[in-house]
Formats: sequence, structure tokens, C-alpha cells
Amino acid sequence: MGVTIRIPTPLRACTAGHAEVSVEGGSVGEALAALVAEHPRIRRHLFGEDGRLRGFVNVYVNEEDVRAREGVNTPLADGDTLVIVPSIAGGSGAPAVGSASAQAEGVPAQTGSGPELSRLELARYARHLALEEVGIEGQRRLKAARVLVVGAGGLGSPVALYLAAAGVGTIGLVDFDEVDATNLQRQILYGVSDVGRPKTEAAAARLADLNPHVRVVRHDGRLTRESALDVVAGYDVVVDGTDNFPTRYLVNDACVLLGKPYVYGSILRFEGQVSVFWGARGPCYRCLFREPPPPGLVPSCAEGGVLGVLPGIIGTLQALEALKLILGRGETLVGRLVLFDALAFQFRELKLRKAADCPICGENPTITELIDYDFFCGVVPETPSSDPDAAFPAELTPAELKARLDRGERVQLVDVREPFEWEIASLAAYGARLIPLGELGGRLAELDPEGDVVVYCLSGARSAAACRRLRAAGFRRVANLAGGIRAWTDQIDPSLARY
Amino acid sequence: MRIRLLFFALYRDLAGVPEMELETRPGATAATIVEELRRAGGGLARLPETPAVAVNREYAPLSTVLRDGDELAFLPPVAGG
Repeated sequence: MGVTIRIPTPLRACTAGHAEVSVEGGSVGEALAALVAEHPRIRRHLFGEDGRLRGFVNVYVNEEDVRAREGVNTPLADGDTLVIVPSIAGGSGAPAVGSASAQAEGVPAQTGSGPELSRLELARYARHLALEEVGIEGQRRLKAARVLVVGAGGLGSPVALYLAAAGVGTIGLVDFDEVDATNLQRQILYGVSDVGRPKTEAAAARLADLNPHVRVVRHDGRLTRESALDVVAGYDVVVDGTDNFPTRYLVNDACVLLGKPYVYGSILRFEGQVSVFWGARGPCYRCLFREPPPPGLVPSCAEGGVLGVLPGIIGTLQALEALKLILGRGETLVGRLVLFDALAFQFRELKLRKAADCPICGENPTITELIDYDFFCGVVPETPSSDPDAAFPAELTPAELKARLDRGERVQLVDVREPFEWEIASLAAYGARLIPLGELGGRLAELDPEGDVVVYCLSGARSAAACRRLRAAGFRRVANLAGGIRAWTDQIDPSLARY
Repeated sequence: MRIRLLFFALYRDLAGVPEMELETRPGATAATIVEELRRAGGGLARLPETPAVAVNREYAPLSTVLRDGDELAFLPPVAGG
């Protein structure tokens, strides 16, 4: 029976740094005995004087605690994985045993071992220096490191805070937005006094207060096809906290083209995903998601909602992976995707494969420079129909819609958002009616297919899907309100609540 | 043969359940199942034609031939941040 034993970090000093040891054994007891025979120093960490498994050592077979089965007599099958899980006491100080030497693939070291640390820095990072896996050398690597955080929102907040606290020397922040009151439920970089300030400005001030030894570089505006390569080239690791598909593909492609690791995280409602994409060493985002979903299929956090603590969980995991990449320690999530379900409290890990036919990191890449990501993700306005009878624009700006309404044109104005959104703000005053996108298919009879229809949602994505649905059902004069009720609020009626 | 389907996030909303068992013909591929689900109607009619899937916790191409007892997980793209 060949089985694999996974060794926890603190005990790897006893296994010559190996994270996994392959042994033969028909039961848990036999496998552990084989492990001890091969690596005698691990014995006292696993077994007491009486030869019994120590109380604080848990052993899992295929994710199940052997105590719940037959203890050391639990039978093993060929190919089983046995995981040793020592208890860890607290917020700091896992039981360090000897010197661990496991070295993961890290980002290339900067200039030598990094800049010197001042006395103040030595004091500040004392808990890091006490870790053999970090120490003075690791702390200097952190100080030399440059990490780009794309999006200073729900994910970017904990990422930037923890990287700054950890002493990452240069932190770049990309964001185009201003702090909004609706951000404060999850974006812990900001407070009430920041509302209305540019996010990068407020974030830079917060990070400077947290750790003045860290340099924060503000990149105001969006990352674009034109700017991305220049910006990303100045960093060692990129952490993605954006909220849209075009930017995610842009960040992935820029990282692949420049050979940088891309720490991916994304969230919605109660679920999150995290991985490390690194085209040079493993799969990239496109190996997993070859093409973006059609616009409107996947709701944004603004549309679908998100539990405030969720970006805290996923963002801190991203910060963790960024630190491991810089330190070159441990096993990063390269080649693994973790799915977290907060309601079920379940972490699932999936193995990812590099796709040989990946269009950017595969064997014969077809994407060799950055492309038009809005077009790729289908978020550009649709070209108007060439049907001469349907001389109705596919898209109306808020001003164009306002002009039509002011002229008294009969327009069926349809809101395809959810009822709770309608409660916050709606165009009911202009004759709008609510038909949530999910109900549209069953409520087509409420609309006149010969008449003009203008559809809106929050920002224009769901309504674009609704327009396609209506055209497919034979409606000929269908327009999408560009930018949704958000644009209407900005440009026409600021009295409406923004959310 | 029977296979187990797992749905996450958006796909769970489309399916209405986090997981289900499906009886299918031997030799079916992941693509066969996607086709069956899309054809069966309901929320899963909106499942993309080529979703990302994992077979037995490993990312797999849609051409993967399934075996009795396999677990087929549908991985939705998520952009929120």
C-alpha cells in the first residue's frame, strides 16, 4: 500500500524539508511507523513516551480524523493521503521545531537580500523576525518587494492593510473611484470622513498611518490596455481586487506577458475564489476561464450583494499568498483553486492544469499583446440592427431618453433589477415598471412587442441581457439605457439615491 | 451510470440546488452532461455551452469521459471584488 503523508510546516525540519513523504503501510499506525523509521527525529513530535499518538496531534485520512474511525488501526488503501495536523496555539507563534528549510518557488529576489532594516523596523517586525521562515533576511525581502494592488475595494482593503503591516516596501494602488457610503460595509481601508475622497488618496493616508516605512504609489484611474504593461512592469507581484471581468482578463494577460505572478481572488454573495495564476510556472486565469461569461449572466456585487466579511476572508488569503511568493516559503496556490462557501463553511480545493492550448500561456499563443477587453467581454454597446424597419437605437444615453420622455413619446420603460433595488431608487416617476430579469421570460405578455421599449438596470449589464431576450422574443424596438439608473442619477436626476 | 453534480455560486442559483445525482449513459462526457442540463430547461438552460468544470476535484476538459460515481463540479466565473 503506497500512501502519502503530508507533513505540516513546523515538522518539516524533521523530514529534511519535505512537505510530503511516501511510505508503505496498510494502516495509519504502520504508515506512521514507516515515517518514523525514515525520519527518526519526528518521533517525539508525534508519539509520547508510552508510544501512543500525542493528544495534540491529529491525523486525517482523506480528510477524515482517524479518531472518528479506528485510530491508528484505521486501514489505508493504496493512494490514500494521510495528513498530520498539529494544534496551533494562538494568533502568533506556531510551535517552531528546528529549522524548516522547505523553499517554495518565490519571486526572484531583488537587489541581493534587500535593504537594511532600521532599529525602528527591527522592533516593529519582531514577530516576523522570530519566525525562521521570515527572519531578518525575509523581512528585508519584504522591504525590497513591490506589490501592485489592482482595485482598492473590498478585496484590496485587507490586502493593502496586511501587506503594509507586514512591511512590503512598495505598494502600488490602482483605483479610479471615490469612497462611497455603501463601501464602508466591507472596505475597511476607509472611514466616514473619507466619503467623497479619491480611494487611492484615502488609502495612501491610512497605510502611511499604519506603517510609515512603506512607500505607497498611487495609480489614479483605471488600468487600461494602454497603461497596464507599464504599470505592472514596475512590480514583482500583482494582487487582483477588481470587480469586473475586462480588468481581470487585462491583469491576467499583462502578468502572463511580463512573467509576473497574479494573486487572484473574487467574491459574490457568500462565496469566494482564490488562486495564484503564474503563466511561467503553472496555469493562468485563461486556462481556467477561457472566455468571459455573457454580460448580464454573472451579477456584480452591487447587483447580487456580498456579505461584508467575505472580502476580508478572501483578501487576507490573497495577502498571505503574496507574502509567500515574496518570501519564497511554503506552497503557494499555483495550480490550485480554492472555493470558499461561507454559509456552508466549506473550503474546497481543486487542482488546475495548464492548458496546452491556452491562447496566452499555451504552446502556441494567439494573444501576444494586450487586446480590447471591453469588446472581448461584450460590454460595448451593441451595433444597431440593420433592419430598416427597426430604426430604433440599440442604446439610449440618459439625455436621449430624457428628451424622448420630454417630447411625450410613448415609451415602455422597464426596470429589470430586483425589488429591493427598486425600493432604493427607481424611475417610477417616469412611468417605469418593475420586471426583474429572472421573471422577464414569463411576463412578456405585459409588454407591447410593437411599441418602443427602453430597459434599464443599475449599470447596464442586466438590461443588455434583457434587450437580447426581448429581441429574441420578437420585440423590434428595444433600447438599453446606457449606464443604467446610476448614469441617470448622475446626469439627469441627482435626487435619486445612489447605491 | 450515476454521477454527482456540484454547483457553485451562480450555477447553484441556476440549478436551485448545491448538488444532485444524475443517471446517464455509459461513455457520457462532461460535454454530454452540459448539453443534457441545458436541454432539460429550467434555470440550467442558462448554463453556458462551455462552462469550466472539474472532475473529481481536478480541472478537466469538457471532452473528459465520465465514469460511474464521478463527481462533476461546475465552476462559475465570478468577478466581484
